[in-house]
Amino acid sequence: MTITDTGIDLTAVSKFYGRAPAAVHALDEVSLRVGLGQFVCILGASGCGKSTLLSLVAGLDQASGGDIDTGDHRVSLMFQESALFPWLTVAGNVEIALKVRGVPKPERRDRVTELLDTVRLADFAAKRPHELSGGMRQRVALARALAQDAEVLLMDEPFGALDAMTRDLLHDELERIWRLRGLTVLFVTHNVREAVRLGDRVVLLSSRPGRVLAEFDVDHPRPRRIDSAEVAELSAGITDRLREEVARHGH
Amino acid sequence: MATDQRIGDEKSTDGNSTDEKGTDEAAARITGLDALELAPAGRTGRFAEKLWRAAWPKLLAVLLAVLIWQLVVWSGWRPEFVLPSPLWVWDELTVQLLDASFWDAIRLTMSRAVTGFAIAVIVGSVVGAAVARFAPLRAAIGSLITGLQTMPSIIWFPLAILLFQLSENAILFVVVLGAAPSIANGLITGIDYVPTAWRRAGRVLGLRGVALYRYVILPASLPSFVSGLKQGWAFAWRSLMAGELLVIVPGALSIGVRLQGARELNDAPLLIAYIIVVLIIGIIVDMLFNTVDSRLRRRWGLEAGQ
Repeated sequence: MTITDTGIDLTAVSKFYGRAPAAVHALDEVSLRVGLGQFVCILGASGCGKSTLLSLVAGLDQASGGDIDTGDHRVSLMFQESALFPWLTVAGNVEIALKVRGVPKPERRDRVTELLDTVRLADFAAKRPHELSGGMRQRVALARALAQDAEVLLMDEPFGALDAMTRDLLHDELERIWRLRGLTVLFVTHNVREAVRLGDRVVLLSSRPGRVLAEFDVDHPRPRRIDSAEVAELSAGITDRLREEVARHGH
Repeated sequence: MATDQRIGDEKSTDGNSTDEKGTDEAAARITGLDALELAPAGRTGRFAEKLWRAAWPKLLAVLLAVLIWQLVVWSGWRPEFVLPSPLWVWDELTVQLLDASFWDAIRLTMSRAVTGFAIAVIVGSVVGAAVARFAPLRAAIGSLITGLQTMPSIIWFPLAILLFQLSENAILFVVVLGAAPSIANGLITGIDYVPTAWRRAGRVLGLRGVALYRYVILPASLPSFVSGLKQGWAFAWRSLMAGELLVIVPGALSIGVRLQGARELNDAPLLIAYIIVVLIIGIIVDMLFNTVDSRLRRRWGLEAGQ
């Protein structure tokens, strides 16, 4: 596929925290292009600036150098914790995203029902977030992100705190919704198999500072299974590269 | 051969329907997992049963206190016209409950308390929000508010009497000064400890400035604000009682004035009856605040043990 339409375009993005000489170099000239509708996973060990990168793309933080272009696409960001508001119901948490965008009230109700239906939680609209399981909360958070009408979805280890079974099923769900909505996804994880299971492409970052080490295209047909032989094989190769990178920091 | 053919047919033509079947299965899996992950609803128990379970330790404590009181009376430590028996005070209390002037006293005292508290809520909220929002203001008066909170309110009465003479306003002034710092501090603490995750979520949604305050920061600070209100009420009530004993406004027969009157007439049963009334009002209002607080915690899932 030739990338004609770009979802996210990063050119030599750098990020320092603090002032010289004690400044922390978090990202070093990271260049990355995610085509519209592509699913790209960013993989790295601790300290590779994965979360920093997403904060920059989401506009929550300013880059120290380089260029970040998300076109005029709406961007949303999901975290490891669902960060739902406990004073609102499940429906209210989705609705607030519509409200902020100025969607008129009568329209909001239908949209909320539709979005909760998309994540298969329509029956839980009136519940409070704490009454749901961790996996369900992440789906509400996904519905909230979709309510922003985001075309670009940034995900910061969204399934990191979930058990393996839930994570496996949420991979299926995310893949379904990604295709359904034609989203552009930039997905950060430290789980190699998760990255290979989900991504069209896996980008490996180095640690301290974060640099693009290698990129791997994942050509296996979807839907993939996290325990399939193809996923395992490619994962093993990527894991070896990751180990080398971690060992480099050993002395 | 025929069977093979049929299977082959199914495979080739039903591409669509197997796809659909796959989606259905995925839906069943995810909703099945939801059902498994949600804990079954616990037994709630009957209302009367819950009420009894909450009430009996308190009843026992009251009984114990009355018993000790009665023992002291029996010991003859003080003559009974100075320290009357519980039964005598009870008789006095029932007489008072049927007396319209008793209820007038309660109405006057409660209206002072509610007015003072309401003003304190407004002043405390405005000051608290301003201090939490503007860093220079916090540096200037942040610690002053905590300082005011620790001041015994009785300290203010001489100044209040100089400023407002022996009037309602003198009492109100001290009640507001007593309650407002706690309320302001409750709000400031609430705003300071809004979890970063919620702030970030709000910013991702596109909320900035005032909108971020309205939709995220203020609602998030509610539990701490409610604690501040509760503490503010306690301070307001204390300041008011001190004020009613010190600032005798001509013609206003409040609980404090009647308490003083009972002492001057050496009417010990009446005096103790009024003390008990003050205690009961305090307990009732505290229960109201606790109900609001626990309901909030339950809705938010902050309840311990959940």
